[in-house]
Amino acid sequence: MSNYDHEQLSRLIGLLPPAPESWVQAAQELPAARRGLDQLVARAEADAAFRAQVLADLEQALQAEGVQPQPRVVEELRRLLADD
Amino acid sequence: MEAPRDDGQAAARRAELTANDTTDAALVARCRAGDDDAWRELVERFSRYVFAIAVQGFRLGQQDAEDVFQDVFARVYERLGSLRDDDAVRPWIAQLTRRVCIDRFRSGSHESDADLDELPEVPAEDALTALEDAFDVHEAMAELPENCQQILDRFFARDESYRTIGDTLGLPAGTIASRISRCLDKLRDTFEGRNTPPATSGGQVT
Repeated sequence: MSNYDHEQLSRLIGLLPPAPESWVQAAQELPAARRGLDQLVARAEADAAFRAQVLADLEQALQAEGVQPQPRVVEELRRLLADD
Repeated sequence: MEAPRDDGQAAARRAELTANDTTDAALVARCRAGDDDAWRELVERFSRYVFAIAVQGFRLGQQDAEDVFQDVFARVYERLGSLRDDDAVRPWIAQLTRRVCIDRFRSGSHESDADLDELPEVPAEDALTALEDAFDVHEAMAELPENCQQILDRFFARDESYRTIGDTLGLPAGTIASRISRCLDKLRDTFEGRNTPPATSGGQVT
């Protein structure tokens, strides 16, 4: 005799709907974003003019580094540069 | 059996639904070695689980849930090197998610207007157990033929209609119900072949 009927299985399948795609994508891009941020910050630490340029347009700087300028990433870059 | 029609997201969905060929331990090892593809797969594998704990277990609103979701995966990425048992990544992520959710409530930064005392800071254990069972069912589902994975996931997890499923997969809408029934039979056989049934039927997530 089965311990799982169709109703139980269907309920359990339904308990795990997909997370929003944009959330998943942002999490998946975390390693690349971290690398991009590290490179930007390293260059900004070594070059004051570049730092000013990055601060003037954080999103553009990230895009130029190949990083999607997600709000969370932009904020992280702003914080890292402020900590310099 | 008819091939699914590609709707632009189908490839990603197929990748998600068949991403369980690699064991958790092997996946963790690849992530630790800096394999970006493995990281993508790890996020895909556990994204529903983290999402469900935040939204169903702790009833977080959309903004809080997104913050928790991103915070959890950021912590997983940073701390993967400290994981002692690579096979235990799933309970580790579950515990991490619960902790981040609780921190969210305690920090007072959650978006809900409800009285904090009324919020389910610590969800009922049976609610979390049900999510564990659900994860096991989804893992068993990944062993089914692709069409079954698609049909069951679209109908029960994505709440798509027979018509939408039929249109997307290139199947007559009138056959979807019988296909669902057959796929559930296959799922039951697969699931019960993988798992010892629990003593109870699992709790309701409320």
